[in-house]
Parts: sequence; C-alpha cells; structure tokens
Amino acid sequence: MTNRSFAHAVRTPPDRWSMQVTQAPAHAISVQGLHVYYGTVHALKGISLKIKTGQVTALIGPSGCGKSTFLRTLNRMNDLTEAVVAGSVFVLGENIYSPQVDVVELRRRVGMVFQTPNPFPKSIFENVVFGLRRQGIKDRRVLAEVAENSLKRAALWDEVKDRLHDSALTLSGGQQQRLCIARALALEPKVLLMDEPASALDPVATAKIEQLIMDLKGDYTIVIVTHNMQQAVRVSDETAFFLNGELIEMASTRTLFTQPADRRTEDYISGRFG
Amino acid sequence: MSKTNHSAARSRKRRQLADRLMSGLTMVCVAISVIPLVSILGYLIYKGAGAINWDFLTKLPAPVGASGGGMANSIVGTGIVVGLAVLIGVPIGVLAGVYLAEYGRQSRLGRSVRFFADVMQGIPSIVVGIVAYTLVVLPMQRFSAIAGAVALAMILIPFVCRTTEEALAATPHDLREAGLALGQPQWRVTLGIVMRAARNALVTGIMLAAARISGETAPLLFTALNNRFWHSGIDQPISTLTVQVYTYAIAPFDDWNAQAWSGALVLIAIIFVLNVVARTAARSKYVERS
Repeated sequence: MTNRSFAHAVRTPPDRWSMQVTQAPAHAISVQGLHVYYGTVHALKGISLKIKTGQVTALIGPSGCGKSTFLRTLNRMNDLTEAVVAGSVFVLGENIYSPQVDVVELRRRVGMVFQTPNPFPKSIFENVVFGLRRQGIKDRRVLAEVAENSLKRAALWDEVKDRLHDSALTLSGGQQQRLCIARALALEPKVLLMDEPASALDPVATAKIEQLIMDLKGDYTIVIVTHNMQQAVRVSDETAFFLNGELIEMASTRTLFTQPADRRTEDYISGRFG
Repeated sequence: MSKTNHSAARSRKRRQLADRLMSGLTMVCVAISVIPLVSILGYLIYKGAGAINWDFLTKLPAPVGASGGGMANSIVGTGIVVGLAVLIGVPIGVLAGVYLAEYGRQSRLGRSVRFFADVMQGIPSIVVGIVAYTLVVLPMQRFSAIAGAVALAMILIPFVCRTTEEALAATPHDLREAGLALGQPQWRVTLGIVMRAARNALVTGIMLAAARISGETAPLLFTALNNRFWHSGIDQPISTLTVQVYTYAIAPFDDWNAQAWSGALVLIAIIFVLNVVARTAARSKYVERS
C-alpha cells in the first residue's frame, strides 16, 4: 500500500498529491459486485454501494437479509465463519480481500461494536487500553491519557472516572456498550461498524448510544445495522435497504423513508412485512 | 361439576404422592452414596489419627523391629513425583486442550485427539505403569522418580487436555470476536482473553488432576519403586505415600500396619486440601460473566 501510493506520488504533480493527502476521499467504503457464500447459502448477491466518509450509513432489512453479513465483510470478521467472498471491497482505499492485506491491521482501522456488549473480564481501564497494550505501548501516562480521551468521546468518563479499576462487568448494559465503543475508539479507527448496538439495551441507554453516534459523526465513518427504523431515521444520513441478500435501494435517509423508489422498500418501511 | 372437582382433587393427591415418593427416593440414594465416603473417612481417622505425631511427619521409617519412625520421605516423595508430573504434563495437556478448543474443533485430527484423550482417561493405571517402565526404566536401567513422574503425567495429560478444552469452549464466543475486532491476532486472543477468562476453570482442572494422580499407586510400583531413605536425586528410586502405604499395609508387623493407616490419612488430607484450594483460591477479582 505504501509502495503504491509512493509510486503514485512520483507520477502525479505535487499540488494534486498534497490535495489528496489533506482531503479525505469522498467515500470511505466502496463495494463492487460483492457475493458472499456460506457453504451452499448465497448470502449476498452482487452488492455494489459506496459509503460516504464521515457520515452515518444505516443498513436496514428483515432478519436474514444479509445486512449483518455485509457489515462483517467490511472488517473481514466473516473469515471466522469460513465465508467465501467474491467481488471487490475497498475500505479506506485498500482492497481488503487482496492477499497482501494484513487483517489484523485492517481491524485496527475499522472498529466494530457488537449486538451484545462484550467487555473483557478485566477492569474498565484495562478494557479501554487493551488494544494499545497489545501494540506494546507501556507508558502509563500515554495509556491513562488515551483511556481518558476514549472514555470521554464515548460519553462514559463522568460515570466511571472514580472507579476505573473496578471490573467492567459491574457496569450496566448501556455503560458496557459505551465501554466497548471507547475500547474501539482507543485504537483511533477511521471506520466504526455497529451491529445493532442498541438492540439489547433499554430506551434510556439506547438514547445515549444514539446521541453518541451523532456526536461521533464527522470524525468517523459509521455503518450501523439496525432493526429499528426510527433509529435509522434519527441517526443516519444515508440508508441502504437489504432484502434476501440483495441491495434493493440506497439513498439519503430522508428520501428513502419519504419517497422510496422501490415498492418493496415502501412495503418494508410501512411495516407490511419483516 | 362436583364430580370433576372430585377427580381433580384425586389426581392432585396422586401427583403429590408421586412427588413425595420421588424426592424420598433421591434422598435415600444420596444417603447410600454418602455413607461409604463418611465411613471410610471416619474409619481412617479412627485407625490412623492415633499414630500421627510429629515424628511421623518428620522422621524416616524405623528399621524393622525398632519402634517409632515416620513417613517424612514418602510425603516429600509424593510431592516431588506429583510436582514433576505436573511440570511435564500440564504444558502438554493445556496446549493440546487449546488446540482442541480453538483450532481443531471440527477437524479430523481434533476429533481423533479428543477420542484418544477420552480413551486414555479410561486406561487402567497399571498399564500406564508398564508403558512408563518400558519407556523410561528399561533405557535408564534404574527405577527413578522421573519414571514415576512420566507415568503419572500420562494419566494427567488427557485429563488436563479435556478440562482445558471444556473450560475454553465455555467462554463466550463474543469475547473472541471482540478481541479479533480490536485487531488482535488469533494467538493473542486465545492467550490474553480466552485463557484469561477461563483461568479459574483451568486452575481448578489442573489442581483436580494433581489431586487425582496423588492417589495413584499402580503406576509407581515399578517406576518410582520405593525407598526407605531420603531420595538421592530424581534419577533414583523415591518413596511415595501410596506405595509406602501399600508396602506397610501388607507387611506382617502390627506397628507397620498402624502406620499404613496414618499414611493413608495423610494422603487423604493432602488430596482434600488440593481439592479445597482448587475450588477457592483461584477466584479472580473480575467475576466470570453471568
């Protein structure tokens, strides 16, 4: 990757090059003709879409429509379930299914938050700095600073600053989920993938997570899978509707929910099925 | 109306009777299974406690005919042989268990290793003794503590392997995903998260395995042999409590028989302590996920 951009820099005029460096590309994620198979199941059938940098994109659709599968292709968590992937997936300008890609490095730049909060059975502090420690960062001041910043950005700092060394499992479900977000943010990812991050939480905790998503927008490109259409309307800029492994429609959230182009989208968002 | 009420009451009575009968039956079975345990312990204390004194715990066996003496060398010997067996067996068993749980869960190799580990757990311990005799004693031309430890390790490995696998398999899958999603390579997720989360269960499994092999006699009879004195190196014959108890129990001397009871009591006490420690000491500050 570094080699390629270097060669690119040599060939292009300096002013264009500097422009490319200072200005992030318009699309953080660009997917072309993506097919995913689990054994004989054809889970995704030719998905092509682009996700704008710094925006919140919601993926909606009935259960089993492939939206979670799609999310998991974006940081290659599908590798664990032995999925077969065809097509091209560019994340932050890199084809992440090319053999040279370092999956570990990819997952550091593309954070993920899961449906059920899954903090490690360690202290709150250790949860946040977990990724850093494994990168070999030992300086206590650096770790403390990153922990504080990450917890602040995840809107959890005020609630936990006096008990950073308590077990993370003593937190409530909503706090645990924000801790998981802080843990992902500590690695300074560019993209944040969220797989129904609020579906296991009560309404108050859900509202906090949604507020957090809106606060993080701009600094991070966020892709969120949700079953809750009101949630999609509240937090997202763009929405993609999946059905039976196909992308039916993708548009700005307002357009998709007020003037859907496809009949099936209209049926789904008006609650006629799914 | 009254008729249905009547039959409802009757069926309820029958239900209650059956319920009482079943719980009574289970109570009786509990009593039957506890009685041998309690009576063995009681009889051991009755026969063995008398001969336990400071000399018994600190002195070497007395020469034939002389009174007094103790089993200090056997107590230490059991500690050494079991300790060596744990040193040899635990790394192998734990890593094999990690393979089964994290890498070879569905693979053909994984399935056959699991099968053989289960079979190994059922192998008579005297057979293990013969194998260790062939593998270690014959080449060394000598009975030794290390031969005994190898024999015990062979019993320990499948046990630790399976408890490790079960402990790791019981940790929630989403912990692994969380670790991988944070950009951790698989081995670090296994070592730093999964094994950490399963630490209590791992330690418990190892302690129980140690307790189990502490009570083995047959594999030591022709590997570690016995020694009436302090051992002179782990490549030399060594005394263990089990073999010493066996030797003294079948001896034609009354005071030796009495000492055999005391040795058995000490052995039970050691195993009891190992079990209690296994279940309490390893509790972590960060409780397991509910």
